Amino acid sequence: MVNYIIRRLLLLIPVFIGVSILAFSLLRLIPGDPAKSMLGNKATAAQLQSLRLELGLNKPLPEQYKDYMGNVLKGDLGYSIKSHDSVLGEIGTRLPATLELSIVALIFAIVIGVLAGIISAAKRHSWFDHVSMTGALFGVSMPIFWLGLMMIWLFSVTLHWLPPSGRLSVGVHLHIITNFYLLDSILTGNWQAFKDSFLHILMPALALGTIPMAVIARMTRSSMLEVLSQDFIRTANAKGLAKYLIIFQHALKNAFLPILTVIGSQFGFLLGGAVLTETIFSWPGIGRYVYQSILSRDYPVVQSTILIIAVLFVLINLITDLLYKYFDPRIRYD
Amino acid sequence: MKKKQFVMIFTLIVSVLLIIAGCSSGKDAATQDNGNDGAVTAGDNSKSSGEKTLIFGRGADSVQLDPSKVTDGESLYVTNQIYDTLVRYKQDNTEVKPALATDWTTSDDGKVWTFHLRKDVKFHDGTKFDANAVVYNFKRWTQSADFVYYGYMFGANKDNMKGIISNVEATDDYTVKMTLSEPNAPFLQTLAMPAFGIASPTAVKKYGANYFKHPVGTGPFVFDSWVKDDKITLHKNKDYFGQVADVNKVIFRVIPDNGARFMELQAGTINMMEGLDPEDMQKVTKDPNLKIVSRPAMNVAYMSMNTSKKGPMSSQKVRQAINMAINKKKLMSLYQGIGKEAKNPLPPSVWSYNDDVQDYHYNVKKAKKLLAEAGYGNGFTMNLYTMTNPRPYMPQPQLTAEAIQQMLKAVKIKVNVVENDWDTHLVKTENGEDDAALMGWVGDNGDPDNFLYVLLDKDNAKKGSAGNTAFYKNDQVHDLLKKGQVTLNQNERTKIYKQVQQIVHDDAPWVPIAYATQPMAVNKNVMDYVPHSTGSEPFNYIKLK
Repeated sequence: MVNYIIRRLLLLIPVFIGVSILAFSLLRLIPGDPAKSMLGNKATAAQLQSLRLELGLNKPLPEQYKDYMGNVLKGDLGYSIKSHDSVLGEIGTRLPATLELSIVALIFAIVIGVLAGIISAAKRHSWFDHVSMTGALFGVSMPIFWLGLMMIWLFSVTLHWLPPSGRLSVGVHLHIITNFYLLDSILTGNWQAFKDSFLHILMPALALGTIPMAVIARMTRSSMLEVLSQDFIRTANAKGLAKYLIIFQHALKNAFLPILTVIGSQFGFLLGGAVLTETIFSWPGIGRYVYQSILSRDYPVVQSTILIIAVLFVLINLITDLLYKYFDPRIRYD
Repeated sequence: MKKKQFVMIFTLIVSVLLIIAGCSSGKDAATQDNGNDGAVTAGDNSKSSGEKTLIFGRGADSVQLDPSKVTDGESLYVTNQIYDTLVRYKQDNTEVKPALATDWTTSDDGKVWTFHLRKDVKFHDGTKFDANAVVYNFKRWTQSADFVYYGYMFGANKDNMKGIISNVEATDDYTVKMTLSEPNAPFLQTLAMPAFGIASPTAVKKYGANYFKHPVGTGPFVFDSWVKDDKITLHKNKDYFGQVADVNKVIFRVIPDNGARFMELQAGTINMMEGLDPEDMQKVTKDPNLKIVSRPAMNVAYMSMNTSKKGPMSSQKVRQAINMAINKKKLMSLYQGIGKEAKNPLPPSVWSYNDDVQDYHYNVKKAKKLLAEAGYGNGFTMNLYTMTNPRPYMPQPQLTAEAIQQMLKAVKIKVNVVENDWDTHLVKTENGEDDAALMGWVGDNGDPDNFLYVLLDKDNAKKGSAGNTAFYKNDQVHDLLKKGQVTLNQNERTKIYKQVQQIVHDDAPWVPIAYATQPMAVNKNVMDYVPHSTGSEPFNYIKLK
């Protein structure tokens, strides 16, 4: 098992190199000039040239790549062309925001999705089954930004139950340690901040989690149905085992592998799909940041962020694969 | 066993949290007021804790808080609160008034400006403001090529980083002498631009490359904190030399989506916003808690006709006929209420606007007659270049182009519309590829020269970089504009620019289309807010009821 983990981690190296080359070259294929984007239309040709020289944009591409990767391996992810701030610093405040949102969204998606899928499978063709599967179809089809705006209108403007957007209310003070606001409020014992940040994350997490929720619900249902139709379930039934024990203790564990696969891939979707949610709910996350950086041709930011997200993704896949063994001891790693 | 328990416990925790959130929401609506330092909820104009806070919602974050490093409005909007310039714009027009400088004199040849500075001013970090601070700033601005506005307004380049300001020196503690290489009448107007805010030398030296995150000026508000992409917090400068602010705190919040931002205003979690969708203007007027405040236009939208092309565009009669064939009133419907018909290249907010100019009336019959006189009674074919991105002065450029295309059909002119994204559109029109093009301009310093010289002087009609996309070359206009640049007397300059506007009207290189005001929505308890035409204004005059 340890060998397996080491092997998988070693695979990170070719992924790292491949992704970096791809990101590097694709970025430069987009027409547009980072210097012009940075300085604006009123800059003179001389100012543009001077900035390009400063950024090393005139050097041949392989040399630029070598310089960039050399710095990355030393821990220097470069400086944003636009803001002059270090990329590591910019990502450091934004990535935790997106991760926090994605994790909470995933938790909602798993809890609600798996439960709904289980009940639908157990009570197949019942009203619950029909309602929840229609709801799932709805969830997958609904555009996030429309859903988000509707939620804000209903819960904030009309009912005044929840704050419209952002991570924390204006008057609330929180000492930042990890930039995961929920975690930081627990660590500093700040109950007011915890309540406030939870209220703020509720809508965006639900909105972001609708699609994974729907996908997980449907996958759970079909996987459970398959397992529930197997002989050993019939045996358990015949033996007089309680229905809910059959479902949760025997069936779910056997059905969980495909569900786990879906959960793993949905996490990837969450990290990327956060752009729209982050825009609607003014969530200062990395999705929005990368999108804006692409528009302004901020090469160092986009390159480094893509690298980090790729590494994250590989690690998530590894964890998902390792979790398989927990659910199905028959699986061997070799 | 473990799986089931895990799921159950989790569901339990989540439900408990949801119940807590739901139950306490009734109380929250009231307690949130106290926690939010005066932020209001809809219908509730409380400032319960006594702290007055302005919460301004905008669509994007500032880039850097060092005004000499940026050109984006979001940065300069915030720095206008933190820094002062030597002179500032008056509240309701683009003339200048003393700020860090109390008075000034110019030499007879207009090349030497002597500024006397205020003696009672301190930067937010306690450093004394004096002539050395001003000299330090000017030197800093010319050290690298990234102060775009300095280069643009003062003609700096690689070989001459100082541009026309050849020397800046402190003749005593509170007097600065600036020597220019040539007279520059708009000099004061330019110095009033927020880009030329004076920074604390101590802070600049202390923070070095990170100064842009730790701005220190002399302005009515002091910088507190910046959470990137989220909010910037300022508090009032109690020792400000000008009018001390009525509000205690100003918070600039980033809310990218226009709809979401408007809903925040409706919910009361922000009390000012920019970027109001014209469709939402109705909702604001109907809402008892909100009101519209308009930023006067310092822009102009127009169709330039390429006079350098042989053929119909080079004929004055044809251009006048086209002016008469276009129904500007109808074009305003594409502006959703924020556009006003334009007759001059200058908007009314800029001094020397010539209201005596008589615009061409919409008259198809007369247009046809003029075309026949010019030899184009049977019409002709032309192209019209337009951009695809909305611009501040033209929210729907493609529809505007199509509307013009329709209107010119009536006088037998066949128009082919050519669309490009903004950057490409600029390149092509600056190269003179078009017969006519939809264009626009947003003023920089509120000086008429900034409109007329840039857009209509023959100096700027060079292929490849033409700001004068009509390639309009009139020697009389040129001589007048050159004179206006070196005449320091404002009345004289006004006469000159009024004359230029009349000549331009008669020659008709353009069809001026519109001036667009930017509507902003604020809570009714925000009083005395006067948005400035240059795009930003200091908030120390605002009162929160």
